[in-house]
Amino acid sequence: MTLGDIASVLETKTLCCEERLASVEIDGAFASDLMSDVLAFCAPGAFLITGLTNIQIVRTAQMLDIPAVLFVRGKCPLEDTIALARGAGIPLVLSSHNMFHTCGLLYAMGVKPTQANSAPV
Amino acid sequence: MADPIHLEYEVAADDYQAAGAASNSVKETLKMLGLPTAISRRAAIITYEAEMNLVIHGGGGKIVANIDEESVELMTIDEGPGIPDVEKAVQEGFTTAGDRAREMGFGAGMGLPNIKRNADVFEIFTEVGTGTTLRTVINLP
Repeated sequence: MTLGDIASVLETKTLCCEERLASVEIDGAFASDLMSDVLAFCAPGAFLITGLTNIQIVRTAQMLDIPAVLFVRGKCPLEDTIALARGAGIPLVLSSHNMFHTCGLLYAMGVKPTQANSAPV
Repeated sequence: MADPIHLEYEVAADDYQAAGAASNSVKETLKMLGLPTAISRRAAIITYEAEMNLVIHGGGGKIVANIDEESVELMTIDEGPGIPDVEKAVQEGFTTAGDRAREMGFGAGMGLPNIKRNADVFEIFTEVGTGTTLRTVINLP
């Protein structure tokens, strides 16, 4: 499925790189507000779901070649965050649902959880 | 790769807006050199976590990257407060970071463990009151 399919089911608002929605293929996702966890455990190719909106979210996405970022519960990032993503060609989309609801809808659509390294239990 | 490449960046203390720019530049250089994606990904994670450590803990400092045909060496050098207990600092979950770092999604005691996980060589030279040098090496296939 594409990011465009997800945007349509979740009724997201696109914040930048709208022209890329149809071409970004989404297989798996990783949800976290802790960027160090994203850096440790987000598998290559997975897109990021987060409630944080600061500029370091886009920096983290750049480092890992994360194809897109979905912000939850309608919290819109500031313009500098959006500008960095626009420059890097990383689509940002905004869901009005909270984190749990967003993840549930995506899981029901068939988006898979992914993990790069095994976490200690 | 004909000649070894040497990169250096200055990183300012507490500048959470600019943090990550140097790491992105290192990563883009590695990509441009045609290194495998898995290598540039590991280097990006190391550099970015280390850069955030300079911003959060080190009072700013320097990032140095040396790239040749055999390896990527990534170092951060600061003249900050030093690390009193390195063994503790590399344990997952141990942190001394403040609220500002946490607001940014860092400061959860994952930085050094993340760096160690991605490095083939991981060395810390530190002295309380003098500063810290972190040296990592990724061997190229």
